[in-house]
Amino acid sequence: MAEKQNSLIKEIRRSDGATVVVLAGDVDLHHSPELHAELVELAGERPPRLLLDLAEVPYMDSSGVGTLVEVFRRVSSYKGKMVLFGLNDRVRSVFEITKLDRFFTICETEEQAAET
Amino acid sequence: MSETSSVELNIASNAKSLPVVRGAVERMAAMEGFCEKDAHGLMLAIDEALANVIRHGYDGRPDQPIAIRLTTVTGPNERPGIAVEVRDKGRQVDPATIQGRDLDDVRAGGLGVHIIRTVMDEYDYSCPPAGGMLLRMVKYVGPGNAQG
Repeated sequence: MAEKQNSLIKEIRRSDGATVVVLAGDVDLHHSPELHAELVELAGERPPRLLLDLAEVPYMDSSGVGTLVEVFRRVSSYKGKMVLFGLNDRVRSVFEITKLDRFFTICETEEQAAET
Repeated sequence: MSETSSVELNIASNAKSLPVVRGAVERMAAMEGFCEKDAHGLMLAIDEALANVIRHGYDGRPDQPIAIRLTTVTGPNERPGIAVEVRDKGRQVDPATIQGRDLDDVRAGGLGVHIIRTVMDEYDYSCPPAGGMLLRMVKYVGPGNAQG
């Protein structure tokens, strides 16, 4: 994936069976379209497990949550698994308000996410 | 509800403007004694309202006017709060048709109104005669969180 100037993707680690994507910055209406394109591209690699590290995401709005819903559907379509981890209270509350916390697998740490 | 002071922000309908508004809202909420959770809720609701104006009112055009007025108010039981007005010149829609969707239908989009409805204590959409839309919302400091 070509490095992009405004990308929220700080790091990508690929290993057997899992791809860990570290995001950094606000996932809002300004950044969500580009993030969506990048995550869809990653999902196109069909990793069995796509783990998203949100520890460095201070803020997320509904466009960000919507982006993750769409990526989740793509990963699920090939029987892959997508897990979120490291959410702060603010970001977690957006999932709770939209009742999407019951839809996603959300873990505290990368270790827990890797074991789901 | 008695008003005390207000701040008005005039931005272009560009998503790049949203962090500026979030910063102002967060600072004002802290000054009014909102707890972290309620301050975030207020910020999120305003952000979602602005995103809806940008996406639906202006169809993504980035150079259209949006005015945001934040007014400190005193509400029921003397609870301080912040009243918000979001005014645009975009497409008018019947306020009765602006509703959150069924959350059991898990999909992207359509969550902004649900967030506003969930987070804010009061909200009301109207169509001013001069055109565009006006959204009025109020959020009060949660019980037990008022400072000073």
